Amino acid sequence: MTTPARPLLQLENLSKRYPVPGGSLHAVDDVSFAIMRGESVGLVGESGCGKSTLTTLITRLADPTSGHILFHGAHIGDIPAADFARRPERALIQKVFQDPTDSLNPRITAADSIAEPVRLLRRITDRARVRARVAELADLVALPPLCLDRFPHQLSGGQRARVGIARALASEPSLLILDEPTAALDVSVQAVVLKLLADLRDRLGVTYLFVSHDLHVVKLLCTRVLVMYLGKIVESGPAEQLFAYPKHPYTRALLSAAPGAHVARIPLAGEARSPVNPDPYTCRFHGRCPQGRPECEQSAPALTPTTPAHSVSCHFPVLA
Amino acid sequence: MSTATVSTSAPAPLAAPSAAPSPPPAPAEAPDSRWRTLRHVASENPLSLVAAFMLAVFVFVAVFGPTLAPYDPFASDGDATLQAPSAAHWFGTDNLGRDIFSRVVVGVRLDLLIALGSVVLAATTGTILGLCAGFFGGRTEKITGHAMDMLMAFPLFVLAMAIVAALGNSVANIVYASAIINLPFYVRLARSETAVLRGAGFVEAARLVGASSPRILFRHLLPNILPPLSVQASLNMGWAMLNAAGLSFIGLGVRPPAPEWGLMVSEGASYVVSGEWWIPLFPGLALMLAILTFNLLGDGLRDLIDPKRRS
Repeated sequence: MTTPARPLLQLENLSKRYPVPGGSLHAVDDVSFAIMRGESVGLVGESGCGKSTLTTLITRLADPTSGHILFHGAHIGDIPAADFARRPERALIQKVFQDPTDSLNPRITAADSIAEPVRLLRRITDRARVRARVAELADLVALPPLCLDRFPHQLSGGQRARVGIARALASEPSLLILDEPTAALDVSVQAVVLKLLADLRDRLGVTYLFVSHDLHVVKLLCTRVLVMYLGKIVESGPAEQLFAYPKHPYTRALLSAAPGAHVARIPLAGEARSPVNPDPYTCRFHGRCPQGRPECEQSAPALTPTTPAHSVSCHFPVLA
Repeated sequence: MSTATVSTSAPAPLAAPSAAPSPPPAPAEAPDSRWRTLRHVASENPLSLVAAFMLAVFVFVAVFGPTLAPYDPFASDGDATLQAPSAAHWFGTDNLGRDIFSRVVVGVRLDLLIALGSVVLAATTGTILGLCAGFFGGRTEKITGHAMDMLMAFPLFVLAMAIVAALGNSVANIVYASAIINLPFYVRLARSETAVLRGAGFVEAARLVGASSPRILFRHLLPNILPPLSVQASLNMGWAMLNAAGLSFIGLGVRPPAPEWGLMVSEGASYVVSGEWWIPLFPGLALMLAILTFNLLGDGLRDLIDPKRRS
């Protein structure tokens, strides 16, 4: 699946820092990775680790502090977020939101929500053509046509999720960011929506960046996984390998904490380090790491490949 | 579609399901649920039904006032001054012999128009200012906030008096003055409602599908903040009416001989001591009834729109 072609999305030393009293909060710190066309990449990490900030940077709703975002080889990170809405790339990078209730306007019908990107991004103005396209999208996500004229509060959770997915697909994106698209749904509906997402990926050939803290979901849907901790990518590798042989102590702890894990739970003691003015010479995980050593406070590890496809940022990776 | 599907350790990619996922059953919610709410509110709050009826009467009288009045409201009759209510003059006559019933009836239009004009003006300007302040934040919010604080620092009625005194007595100036003193309430309400919604997912989603800021403001946010604002506006109508009447009462509003309730109360006030109580009473009652109508209507509207704040 990794043909040596130009990546669809490439991040180079991407950082986002927010000024806070007494310094700057490093929400995303020097993140580099690439996503190939047709890949499904999972991005996992605990809440507050910078996943959401990273998605707002990639969807270009916020400007990065430094670094580059290349999309189809073009530098889109340098375009101010305010101007990005008028760029052709706006249609190509879309996002499915975590909470379909919050992300659908309570005063706008399902049909109008889906029609908005059709009108604004695909520039289809003819009413009949817009309606036809909306019906087509509803069919694509298996949303009953009856639901189109309803307001969000008249729809079930699963139907709302479908509306959100249809809206994200309406502009025919090549990169779809899924921000925990099933986290707000009932477990039974989750499975159906996940199936739908897998089905859509195979039918439309959309590239997925799947943000989640649910490792099962990531395992099910993704070919490659990135693990994020405190603004940094700490491990990246093929899903199968990463789940079977996690190398970073954080990934191991994360996997052991998942419900139904086969290994003994590795408890993480203490609080995460503060993302405000982090010490550049200390490993971000130090203090919470079950195998931390004095070296971890002398120099921060860099993300280094252990095999061609698998990289880890730890001085003492678990080598199986 | 059990949980087992999710928790299997089968590696990705998931086999594409051949059939589309089974569509969840369509909710049986009928579109007439709104009518049911309306009926429910009406049955629980019959006063708002009465208020709606009274509003209809007021609007009817405002439209057809001059044709309904039995006498010319401006015509004085030297032979029939200061007459008590009778079959000929239901509300009696004033010191110039004018028929008070005719004047009260014709006055509905003027009082309603002043109130409506000032409320519409204050509500539209205030909503736009509040929307922008709440949405853009930063400097826009600071400037509008401080401007509204400045307005609120004055006793509002005194401010209205000052505005009319400076601009001159005219119906238009009463409308402007009344609108200005009501402005802060709309700005504050619109700002706070917008600020709450600004961070909502649907605003970010709108940005993502290429919506411009004006589009987000007016297509996405405005419909969501309209319900509380419309309640505010209907409650405000009564207040605006009282305000206009108050200005006329102290001589800073509508000029005589125009038939305006506040002015009529003012003109008749001195006759109460000499026993001609009907001159100020009937325009005063009309004013009270109109304000009551709008307040009850506003309460009913609030119950309809926001059952949580039901009083």
